[in-house]
This record gives sequence, structure tokens and C-alpha cells, in this order.
Amino acid sequence: MNRSMISGGIGLAIALAIAALVMAAPLIAPHGEAELVGEVWAPPSADAWLGTDNLGRDLLSRLLYGGRITLLIALGSTLLAMAIGCALGFSAAIAGGWVDTVLARAVDSVMAIPTLIFALVLLSVLGTSIPVLIGAIACLASTRVFRLSRAVAGNIVALDYFEAARLRGEGLGWLMVYEVLPNALPPLTAEFGLRLCANFLFIASLSFLGLGIQPPLADWGGMVRDNAAAISYGGLAPLIPAAAIGVFAIAINLVVDWSLALQAGQRDR
Amino acid sequence: MSDPLLSIETLRIEAVTRTGAASVRPLVDGISLSLGRGEVLGLIGESGAGKSTIGLAALGYIRPGCAITAGRIVFDRQDLATLTPTALRAIRGARVAYVAQSAAASFNPARRLGQQVAEALVLHRATDWTSAHRQAAALFEELDLPAPGSFGERYPHQVSGGQLQRAMIAMAMACSPELLILDEPTTALDVTTQIEVLAAVRSMLRRHGSAGLYITHDLAVVAQLADRLAVLQHGRLVETGTTTAILQTPTEDYTRRLVAARNEPDLPTVDVGPAAVPPTLAVKSLSASYRTMPNVLSDVSFALRPGETLAVVGTSGSGKSTLARVICGLMPQQSGTVEFRAESLPMEVSKRTREQLRRLQMIYQLPDTALNPRQKVGRILGRAVSFYFGGSRASVQHRVDELLDMVGLPLAFAHRRPGELSGGQKQRVCIARALAARPDVIFCDEVTSALDPLVAEEILALLQRLQHGTQAAYVFITHDIGVVRRVATDVAVMQKGRIVAYGPISKVFAPPLHPHTQLLLESVPQPRTDWLTGILQGREDAAQES
Repeated sequence: MNRSMISGGIGLAIALAIAALVMAAPLIAPHGEAELVGEVWAPPSADAWLGTDNLGRDLLSRLLYGGRITLLIALGSTLLAMAIGCALGFSAAIAGGWVDTVLARAVDSVMAIPTLIFALVLLSVLGTSIPVLIGAIACLASTRVFRLSRAVAGNIVALDYFEAARLRGEGLGWLMVYEVLPNALPPLTAEFGLRLCANFLFIASLSFLGLGIQPPLADWGGMVRDNAAAISYGGLAPLIPAAAIGVFAIAINLVVDWSLALQAGQRDR
Repeated sequence: MSDPLLSIETLRIEAVTRTGAASVRPLVDGISLSLGRGEVLGLIGESGAGKSTIGLAALGYIRPGCAITAGRIVFDRQDLATLTPTALRAIRGARVAYVAQSAAASFNPARRLGQQVAEALVLHRATDWTSAHRQAAALFEELDLPAPGSFGERYPHQVSGGQLQRAMIAMAMACSPELLILDEPTTALDVTTQIEVLAAVRSMLRRHGSAGLYITHDLAVVAQLADRLAVLQHGRLVETGTTTAILQTPTEDYTRRLVAARNEPDLPTVDVGPAAVPPTLAVKSLSASYRTMPNVLSDVSFALRPGETLAVVGTSGSGKSTLARVICGLMPQQSGTVEFRAESLPMEVSKRTREQLRRLQMIYQLPDTALNPRQKVGRILGRAVSFYFGGSRASVQHRVDELLDMVGLPLAFAHRRPGELSGGQKQRVCIARALAARPDVIFCDEVTSALDPLVAEEILALLQRLQHGTQAAYVFITHDIGVVRRVATDVAVMQKGRIVAYGPISKVFAPPLHPHTQLLLESVPQPRTDWLTGILQGREDAAQES
């Protein structure tokens, strides 16, 4: 039992609890997602435990419903970004030569365009359905994953065990999945944790600009935006969804740190 | 007798965990040593014997995760363990200095050599930079470095390995320390460069009257410098005595084996198979270049029959590793052909068939990086078996057991990861992986140079025994003449990308010797105390004659 295990356990418990709560939103939410229940920015009461939002909807219910979509998009887009980024990054490092040059320059060009503006263009052309949102965010985030995975794989392909596998005649698939991936996991796991938080914030920015999740559906980032003005009146409304984002992100990163410690232990043994 | 300069008294260093319990055996277990002023003590032992730990302890440094649990290290009447960090810093570099094994990893690649050497003087002797640089240049001159006046202007990557190692000696000697600790300073160098560095170390120690603690696994090397030797095994002191006594009349069995492993074996009397057998592998006028370096290989030809062992020898940079890479298809050649059983092989690895790949296998120098750390041994071997031969799970499993048995590893090792094996065991797994393919030719790229002498001996014996059964041809790429004598039937001596001498070992290593062959042969350290002196004397005489 060590420190990373304890904190990792706490992180896992929090993340699972949040996931369970938001999944069960229709069962446990006291009110509907778009239901008006009282005054604008009413303080917490017996009916609305966390108070109401800028239109008088129950904040707790919206938090639960909104969590579902936010978590789905953030997790979905991060996993997809990791998959795309790693597949391309590993291929570039393994193939080398012109494949590497073309892929790396293509990624550089995408990175040269400000992410938010690129996303706005994509979403206004393709619409803002959830699959499109996940895909667009994943594509943009995968550029950074590509950079990291290419650099990490670049070190691995120079090692003798990789050369031995290549000399044996192994194909690209085996090389990527069995030789490179397991040895590249620690930095990629860390990247996953960071990317997830970044994507949370990115969804929030998109919602803020009106191209993310469309009203009346709730999402945590959108709730911060909708209630932002309440901060000037000393209201809690924007802080609660912001805290939800923060707590979930911290929990995920605790789990990530734990898994990094586990992997390090396995490697050094 | 006056007080010794360094005295280590029943020192015990153990790994400690955060909970305080040390379950493994101590790294250093009750060792007592003493070193007088101007004396050179050689510390000999295999990896894990605790010699580097002692070397660092003499600097008052204990690796994180370890602690002194008993005994003392006394340097000039001060117990190093009781000194404050500031007091230690005043001693380190000024009175005790350290030369590490890899100069390339020890220099800051972004700063000029002169600056890094002069730094010690500025820090410890309050010299100003200008005169520190002047003193550094004087040291470079003492060490026979080229253009000593401007040598300090260069960056570490701009000088050769041997020069860099000498620059590190200059850095260590900058403040004329009373004690110099040398941790395997020549292990990464080839034999011809090793001589330069050994001569440099010896003359520096003598001229500055410094004492030395020379850590190595090579008895012959340390015999040239050390007044006394201490033999370590598993953290314990096996034997200590004067160099001559240890070499000539070792009392302990372990020491005797070490001395024996270093003595030159007689040339093997191998009856080469009838020349009528067609060669397995024939390389015909192969040439290759890197983009920035032309003629890494030029016009290299040789042929190899089943059961033969060709040793490719040469100094580093002679192109011997490139040769293996080109033949294996990892690097394109410019001209020439590689024929396998009279069938010309495609030059790129991706264009070769699985069957062609199977017949050519490779064993690497560093078993640490040659095995995927995330795969268990059973999987590493199993993949090689099923990739080439397929078969049911049970038959693959059976073959893996057979392979482990062939290389002398317990079957239970199939469930271990490479990290749980020792260097020699890892190299055995690499051999088993190569054998899994039932190859016709095995390339052995410096397979023993990263191993301790006794382990290396076992690996060579294993390879030879296996060759009797499989009749595979071996290509040994090595700079170690001892290995060549031990295993080779044929020798190809390489110099600057060309084969300058080639033939059966009995011819190549017999007079008249090609000058380069002679240089390589005489550069091999011999376990007598006067070997280095003899070599240097001989070279001086030759220089005067010409």
C-alpha cells in the first residue's frame, strides 16, 4: 500500500461515482432537464438543492443530465484522439522516410491553424450532432497525440528488440501493437489524462460559442457560460458546474498517476 | 607508517526501502580496504560485485535507495559519512575526482570541452577563467591530445571516443586530486584506443602523485596500473594482495578462475569441413556508404560454409557492424551481392521472403535492449517459433521448452520478463530466440562484450556446443581477439571498410602478419604487469627507427 495507490483508489471511486450518478440521471434527477422550477438564480432550497440557473431551471438536475453528454463527448473524443494519434504516430516512426515526412508535415499544417477556429469551421459545415462533435474534437486533439506518440515510438524503433522483430519479418500491425505500444504506454497514459481535461474545456468553449451542445440540452461547460453573470451577484450557480469539471478531471488524473506508478513498478522490477 | 589516504572499514551498504526493511543481500558486505598516498588499488569483480558502489562511496556518495548500515569511509582522517554537503562539495573534484565509464554520457554536449575542464579550477581553486583555460590546455598537452591549444574549443561530439575519455581524465585531474576514482574507464573503448587511455591514466597518476582506485572487470587491464588488487564477489572481499601475487599465485578459487579466463587459449585446431561443400552464405564485393560518409564498406567479399565461424575483427569505425546490417538488409548497399545457397538475396529486409529471413538470425551486443521488456520470455520465444513454423499451441509450447533447455535455462523462466533476468540469462534468451528459427547463419554482434568475463566464457561455450548440433554458420563481429581465438575458424580483419586480411585463423594469425592484424593482436592486454610498458616502449622504438 503506497501513496499513489491510495490517491488512485480515491480518484477511481470519485470518477466511478460521478459516472454512475450521471448515468442514472433520468431516475434520480428531481426535475426535468428543461423544466422551469422557480425564480432565476434562486438560492438552494428544499426543492432545488443547488438552487436554480439563469432561466429558473433546477441546477442539480441539469448537472446530472449535462454530465452524461459532457462525459460521453469528452471520453469519446479523447479515446478516439488517442487511437488516431497513436496509429498515425507509430506508423510514421516505424515506416520513416517519406511516410513520416508527409504525415508529420500534414499534422504540422493542421496545428498551424488555431484549433478553435478550425473546429468552428468544421462544425458549421457538418452540423453539431454528437458524433460530429466527438469526431471533430478527436481529430484536432489527435495532432498533439501524434507528435508525442511519434517521438516516443522513434526511441523504441531504434532499440534492438524492435530491430529483431523487424528482421523476423513482422508486419506493421504486430510491430505497432506488440512491440511499440506496450513500451510507449507510460507517456501515452499521462497524455490521456491531460487530453481529457483539455477536451472538457474545449467542449465548454464550443458551447460558449454556441457550436457545442445545443440548448435546451445541458452540458457542464455550457452551464458555466449560461450562469457566468451570476458571479457578479455573488451567486453559486456558475461555480457548481465548474467544480464538477474540476473534480472529475482531478479524479481521472489521480487514476492516471496510479497507473503510471504501477507501470513503472512493473518495468523496474 | 603514516595514515592511509583512504580507508574503508568493514563497510556495509544496503538497499533500504521506505519502510526501512532491507530484504535483499547487502550491496557491499563488510569490506575493509586501505589506500596509501600515491598508491593504485585495482577493484576487480563482476557486475553486482559492489565495486561501483564502493567507488561512489569513496566520493561520499551513496545512491538514492541505499544507505551505509555499518562501517566507515575515512578519507584523510575525515569520516565522509559525517561531513556536511558543503564540506563534501569542497572535497569532491578538488581532492577526490571521478572518471566514469562513458565519457560521452558524462560530458554536457552543449558546452565546450575546455569550459567543462576549467570549471573545476574556477570552482575549487578560485582561478580566473583565463588562467583556468590555460591550465586546461596544459593538461590536454600532457594527455597527448591533438592541438592542445584549441582542443578546448571543441564540443564533445567533435572528438573521438578515446579523446573524449582522455578529456574526462583532464577534467578529473584539473585540481590535481589526491585520489582519482576510475570506474571502468576503458570498457567502452576498443583495444587500440584502450592503450592510449591506459597510458594516459598511468602517466597522469605518476606525474601528479595521485592515488588511484581503479574499478574494472578486466584483470589484464588493471594489472598494468595497480600496485595492489582487491577481488570482490557478491559484495564481499574474496582476496587482496599485490598485483603480481594475485596474477601468479591466486589463493582463492574464484580468483583462479578469473585469471584463467584472461589467459589466452591456444588457437583452435579445427578441422575445416571439405571445401567441396558449397558455401551457405557468399558475400561478393559489397560496398556501402552513408549519406555523409562514403565507403563505409568497400569491396567486401567472403564465403561461409555450414558449421564454420567467421570472425570479423577491427577497431570501432572499421565498418564491421555496418557489414552485418547490410547483409541483414537493414541498410542498402551500393553494389555487390549477398548470396544465400547460390540464391541472390534481395537487399531490403521488406523484400525478403519469410523463409529467407528465417535462415539469417542475429544476436545483439546488449541483451538489455534486445528483448522487449513487456513480453515474457515464453512469448518472445513462442512468437519466433509460431511466426516461422506455425503449429498448435501445445507444439509451440513444447518447442519453447526445448529451446530453453538447449540454452540451459530452467523451464520456469518462460513466465519471467526480461527485467527479472541477469545479463547472461538475457543473452541466453536471445540465443534461444535466434535458434527458434532453425537458422543457417547466425550473426553475433559483439555478443559477449557487455557481459562479465566468466559469463562471457559460458556464452561462448554454449554457442560452440550448439553449433555442433545445428551446423549453423556463425559470423562473429567483435573487437575482442580473445573471442576470436576461442571460436573462429576463419578471420576477416577489417580496416576502414575494407577486408585487409582474410582466411583460416591459422593463416591470418600466423606470420607474416598484416600490419593492422599485428596492431590488433598486440593491443590485447595481457595479464602481466609489464605488458603496457613493453608495448609503449616498442612503439617508441619503432617511431625512432622510422
